[in-house]
Amino acid sequence: MRTSRTLAVALCAVALTATAACGKDGSPGGSAASSASNAPALPTYTVKTDVKVDSPVIAEAKKRGQLIIGAKADQPFLGWEDVASGDRSGFDIEIAKMIAADLGFTPQQIKWQTLVSSQREPAIAKGQIDFYVGTYSINDERKKTVSFAGPYYIAGQDLLVKNDNTSITGPESVSGKNVCTATGSTSIKNIQQYNPKITQFDTYSACVEKLLSGEVDAVTTDDAILKGYASKYAGKLKVVGKPFTKENYGVGLNKDDKTLRDAISDALKAHEDNGDWKKAYDATLGLSGSAAPAVPTLERY
Amino acid sequence: MSLFDRPATASVLYDVPGPKARARYRLFGILSLLGVAGLLWYVIATLADNGQFDADLWDPFQYNAVQQMIVDGLLSTLKAFGLAAALSLTLGALLATGQLSDHRPVRWTCTAVVQFFRAMPLLILIVALYYAFFAKDPMWALVLGLTLYNGSVQAEIIRSGVNAVARGQGEAAYALGMRKSQVMSSILVPQAVRSMLPSMIGQLVVTLKDTSLGYIITYNELLFMGKKIASQPLNAAGFPYIPVVLVIGPIYIALCLLLTALARWIEARGRRGANRRTSAAA
Amino acid sequence: MGFLFEQDNFALFRDGFLQTIELSALSALLALLLGTLLAAFRVSPVPILRAFGTTWVTLFRNTPLTLLFFAVTFGLPPLGVHFSHLVFAVLALGGYTASFVCEVIRSGINTVPLGQAEAARSLGMSFGQTLTLVVLPQATRTVLAPMSSVFIALPRNSAIAGAFSVPELYSAQQTFSERGYSIFAIFFWVACAYLLISATIATLFRFLETRLAVAR
Repeated sequence: MRTSRTLAVALCAVALTATAACGKDGSPGGSAASSASNAPALPTYTVKTDVKVDSPVIAEAKKRGQLIIGAKADQPFLGWEDVASGDRSGFDIEIAKMIAADLGFTPQQIKWQTLVSSQREPAIAKGQIDFYVGTYSINDERKKTVSFAGPYYIAGQDLLVKNDNTSITGPESVSGKNVCTATGSTSIKNIQQYNPKITQFDTYSACVEKLLSGEVDAVTTDDAILKGYASKYAGKLKVVGKPFTKENYGVGLNKDDKTLRDAISDALKAHEDNGDWKKAYDATLGLSGSAAPAVPTLERY
Repeated sequence: MSLFDRPATASVLYDVPGPKARARYRLFGILSLLGVAGLLWYVIATLADNGQFDADLWDPFQYNAVQQMIVDGLLSTLKAFGLAAALSLTLGALLATGQLSDHRPVRWTCTAVVQFFRAMPLLILIVALYYAFFAKDPMWALVLGLTLYNGSVQAEIIRSGVNAVARGQGEAAYALGMRKSQVMSSILVPQAVRSMLPSMIGQLVVTLKDTSLGYIITYNELLFMGKKIASQPLNAAGFPYIPVVLVIGPIYIALCLLLTALARWIEARGRRGANRRTSAAA
Repeated sequence: MGFLFEQDNFALFRDGFLQTIELSALSALLALLLGTLLAAFRVSPVPILRAFGTTWVTLFRNTPLTLLFFAVTFGLPPLGVHFSHLVFAVLALGGYTASFVCEVIRSGINTVPLGQAEAARSLGMSFGQTLTLVVLPQATRTVLAPMSSVFIALPRNSAIAGAFSVPELYSAQQTFSERGYSIFAIFFWVACAYLLISATIATLFRFLETRLAVAR
């Protein structure tokens, strides 16, 4: 019994690795956030040495030599992971790298953990991750379980529709229409008052697939996220362009760790002031065609 | 055409077909084959029209990193399955012992535990364990959830297996002056095991399939990897959900069939050892 | 525990509960019909139908239900099949459970004494008549016990639909934990709901067993 199962497992593994032996390395050119040759270059950040942050989370991270940062992986230009190369890119990823540098961690010392919207609060509260950077809107309900540093970006909820759709022009026109959004996001509550039929998946990419296949009429969430998809599927999808909420993106972290919150706020402030923020924006979200907005003022508490 | 001409003799439900019936069956056969083939053709043609077989959509699978992800996912699935299988069989044996106990409180407690975990959706159990205790280590939420549920089912299988042994066996053993533990370990369980094995391994197949629920709690198993490949496409051709299902599905099916084959082999061996009469198949 | 009666929580919980019941009932119906049909295929004299039944059962029994949900939710729309997510869930859950129902019925058919089918055939009954008038009614009794485990498992499995845009109990649980309530309190109520459902089904089957036992 034991031997035949081991044999079976070994056979499967061999079969798979055998096919794996003839694969390609790297990733195809022109993937989501990697860009044309004349695109603005990503900034590099000087890693601080000798950082003294008296936070249990950072002490733990120092001990393990790795900073565990939660992020999204399926949002072009914001939080994207290329499955072929394993590289992460996007504005949220840059923000996370800036903060990591100021906390004394090189990009190689960052361990990324992909988390979908509904998994964020438990993962932060229970310490699965050190902090989270991924289109995380600051609101009071969430402040009951986690705390936020930021905002580092201000987005607004908008609608993504098919290119030839003329009937959806704003939130007022979605009544009775089929609208898709992600479980555990603030977008659900905001759109509910306009009476659409709501479809929910755990990721926005599932929603976009449903939009492409015609199952839903629109996808709603923050314009920053939608713009990424619209430019990835240029010619097929468009953003309606009438934001109807204001979403303050913050870095989510442990509720009681004020030291870490202040350290992250300081890091954001420093990189906003020295121009890294703008450079990072131009090299990521800026590629989807919209100019850099004003840097939002940090709220410290 | 041997498939159509093979005389159907194996069943008691119908007579060996004569020439007319054979012709009729052949007609049915051809019609249903046409129907199935037509449906299959429609599915494949529509999917092809839809661009589901375009090289661009299948592109991810040719990269080393993606293939490595699938192998890693498979290994994580097998790891969770191995742990859950071992733990659930242990828990099952313990709970079954409790359920067969002579002490009423023990019996009632074990029965309550078994009934509770048999009724709870595994998904909800796993998510609750993840949120409450194992956010740092999702694998243990998955393994523990699988253990609690499958352990309860295994306990039921063991209990009913032991109860199904002819009553005279136990009575004879008691009459010889054996203690309860002796009756159990040397008379009842050895006889019960033979009849229990197929259902126990069947439940292990269920355990293997249910490891896929780990994707919901960020455990990097096979389905989690598949979902990642599907939702992070390398190009703008769309999301390769169908290619991923076509790649991941057969892997799961192959694993389960291997386990089932094992079950059948053990069953056959057990039958041989018991000198049982082979029962007539319908 | 008291959170259930705050805000609109109870309405959400009740809707989720009813949706779970609706989903389970529809899937059970589909599974029963399809499963019986597949079982008839698997014992039929037409080899192609037997092969079809065997293939279906092999495919659906050995694929994780979650993967089936993916296949149905993302695989059918490109085929031009557009339904609500509830119907998709019923198809996935019903098709999956049908393969188990089929196996239970098939083994039930095998337990009917040979003489019964032989007698029916010697009276000149066709395959269809033998099956529907003589064998299946007798098999019903022996399949009740294994069938009850299949149908108790069904509402449990239906929780997976919550991750595929069907607002049932699991997705109510998700919403509650997003609202920041204690996971233990949420789990308590959801557990109560599922225990109620499975106890009801178990009672129903026990009732059927006693009813049919009298007829024997």
